[in-house]
Amino acid sequence: MAMKRRASAVLALLMTSVVVLAGCSGGGEEAAPQSELYKDPVTLSWWHNASQDGPGKTYWEKVAKDFSALHPTVKIEIEAIETNQLQRTRLPAALLSSDPPDIFQAWGGGEMSEQVEADYLKEITDQTKTEVGDIGSAAEIWQVKGKQYGLPFRMGIEGIWYNKEMFAKAGIAAPPTTFEELNTAVTKLKAINVIPIAVGAGDKWPAAHWWYNMALRACSVDALKKASAEKNFDDPCFVKAGQDLKAFIDTKPFQPNFIATPGQNDPTSANGMLANGKAAMELMGDWNRGTLDTVTTDKAKLASFLGWFPVPAIAGSPGDPKAALGGGDGFSCAKNAPAECVEFLKYIVSPEVQKGYAETGTGLPVAKGAADAVKDPALKSILEATSGASYVQLWLDTAYGSTVGNAMNDAIVAIFAGNGTPEKVVSAMKAAASK
Amino acid sequence: MFVLVPMGFAVYYSLFRWRGVGPPTEFVGLRNYTLAFQDPIFLDALRNNAIIVFGSLLIQGPIALGVALLLNRRFRGRAVFRLLVFVPYVLAEVTVGIMWKLLLTGDGTVDALMRSLGMGGLVQAWLADLDVVIWTLLAILTWKYVGFAIILLLAGLSNVPDELTEAAAIDGASWWQIQRHVTIPLLGPTIRIWMFLSMIGSLQIFDMIWVTSVPAVRSLGASATMATYMVDNGFFARLWGYGNAVAVILFVISFVAALLFQRFLLRRDIEGAITGRAK
Repeated sequence: MAMKRRASAVLALLMTSVVVLAGCSGGGEEAAPQSELYKDPVTLSWWHNASQDGPGKTYWEKVAKDFSALHPTVKIEIEAIETNQLQRTRLPAALLSSDPPDIFQAWGGGEMSEQVEADYLKEITDQTKTEVGDIGSAAEIWQVKGKQYGLPFRMGIEGIWYNKEMFAKAGIAAPPTTFEELNTAVTKLKAINVIPIAVGAGDKWPAAHWWYNMALRACSVDALKKASAEKNFDDPCFVKAGQDLKAFIDTKPFQPNFIATPGQNDPTSANGMLANGKAAMELMGDWNRGTLDTVTTDKAKLASFLGWFPVPAIAGSPGDPKAALGGGDGFSCAKNAPAECVEFLKYIVSPEVQKGYAETGTGLPVAKGAADAVKDPALKSILEATSGASYVQLWLDTAYGSTVGNAMNDAIVAIFAGNGTPEKVVSAMKAAASK
Repeated sequence: MFVLVPMGFAVYYSLFRWRGVGPPTEFVGLRNYTLAFQDPIFLDALRNNAIIVFGSLLIQGPIALGVALLLNRRFRGRAVFRLLVFVPYVLAEVTVGIMWKLLLTGDGTVDALMRSLGMGGLVQAWLADLDVVIWTLLAILTWKYVGFAIILLLAGLSNVPDELTEAAAIDGASWWQIQRHVTIPLLGPTIRIWMFLSMIGSLQIFDMIWVTSVPAVRSLGASATMATYMVDNGFFARLWGYGNAVAVILFVISFVAALLFQRFLLRRDIEGAITGRAK
């Protein structure tokens, strides 16, 4: 039944597009489906990654229900799938088949440009002008060659989460703004027998993010843009990033055996170490506020000592000190999804829905006007820093796509393990680009 | 049909440079195969598989034989003992993996136990030290699978006719001489079948390694096996063509190993079975 209905829907869509193609020689393609909007009953399948029971998952259920109440012709079927499975297995396989979900999680960057190249995604530039204007520069991550293929609902930059009480005890007056100050802070924290920085190198990416930040400081914005767009890593700043990282690791700021420490989700993780007062700092994205809460033994205490500051600058480096690394989550519509899909996408990023999302505390909203719903002081400082950032570079592994990203992260982890070199990171990235 | 068709697809896909986006179009011949054998991490994975194959045979074999011979004698509590030995094998690999991962965390149960026994000096970063981790994993695999070998051998022992051992005993042979010259030779077919199963299992080992080892340690090659390497590259690096090439390599190695084993070690057993039936 379901198969048949879908087949006839696809057929209908094909026929309309044939008619449209035959009928007009250019433009006006949007007019036909727009007038049909909400006329026939449609079912939208929606795949997102809020698979764990909690406020995030419940909120999406409510959003789907609310939208169906507003537009009774639209039925939304949700499937919540764990991130890795969703991104690595389920989505690629579903997109290859003739029956992909209508609306699904999209992280932008290199992966998205591959999906666009394969003609999987619906282009939504014209329909979403208002929303994109409202979201601002963050929406660019979901663009390929200037055209919009998805919209973000969460966006934030990363920085260092820290324990204010430990800083006070160690006699650190203010959060470090340069790496020299950070090094001094590390020394002071060691003096009071505290692990200065926790890093979840076991999961690779939390360690790799230290290198990304070194690259952000060592490279000019132009070099970074060129790397994302052309997968060109010839600029010597990428080797410099590895050298700076190696020098930093040599000051031993991290916990022992960090190569086995997981990033988040359990008390022995780097996340758990900060949350339970076993380490003073951790480099992590804006979602950390929520994940710290899930691993702490004392939420009230955590809220009292938790602070956040931007990644320090490196004196005399060509990188823009106000540039930051960040990323987010968004949704895209499949190429052949019904027109209602785009309407639902716009609904998700509307200020009302975004306000509700911000209140769940699972991430920072992107729409203007939703920022007031953010109450947590640490999250507020991230919001401020995000809007103050001169340039937001998407996480490098997302920006370069899974293949280069994976090879890059592996080679960075090798530096952490003591058997990699700054040069090898760059050569691994180049080799992966041709694989 | 069900074996050959998927295999055929794997071979076909392995000849393409394919990232899993759109149908495979960029034919590259055997390039994926050459790339695999040039990757030091893949060679590490091969070495680790070899360690597990030979380590399992050399460690589990003697332990299993010894325990099986002991358990074959009559003593009080034998049934309980037999059951206990078999418990780890019954547990799912994933369960075993998670259990040991928890026991082996830094300053975890194992470390505490060793310190209290005065062996604190031997405590290692069991799952984090790049030179130690493969041996830790081998130890866990031994713990899990030795029970299987013991049960197989016990079954084999029950087929050794009492008349033979009794006759030897009457002729004045000691217990050890009976085992050495009567029982163990008669166990030959069972031992060879166990070796075969152990070898194939070791070549394809995935679950336990995947759950127990840390992603970073695995990607550095220290705890990778061919199967984990395939998943890391095929799915996580989204090199679908390349991942298929690794799958084909894994299949060919297992297949050739199985053929050689049958040709040289199992032949006698199989022929015996056939002539036995002909009688």
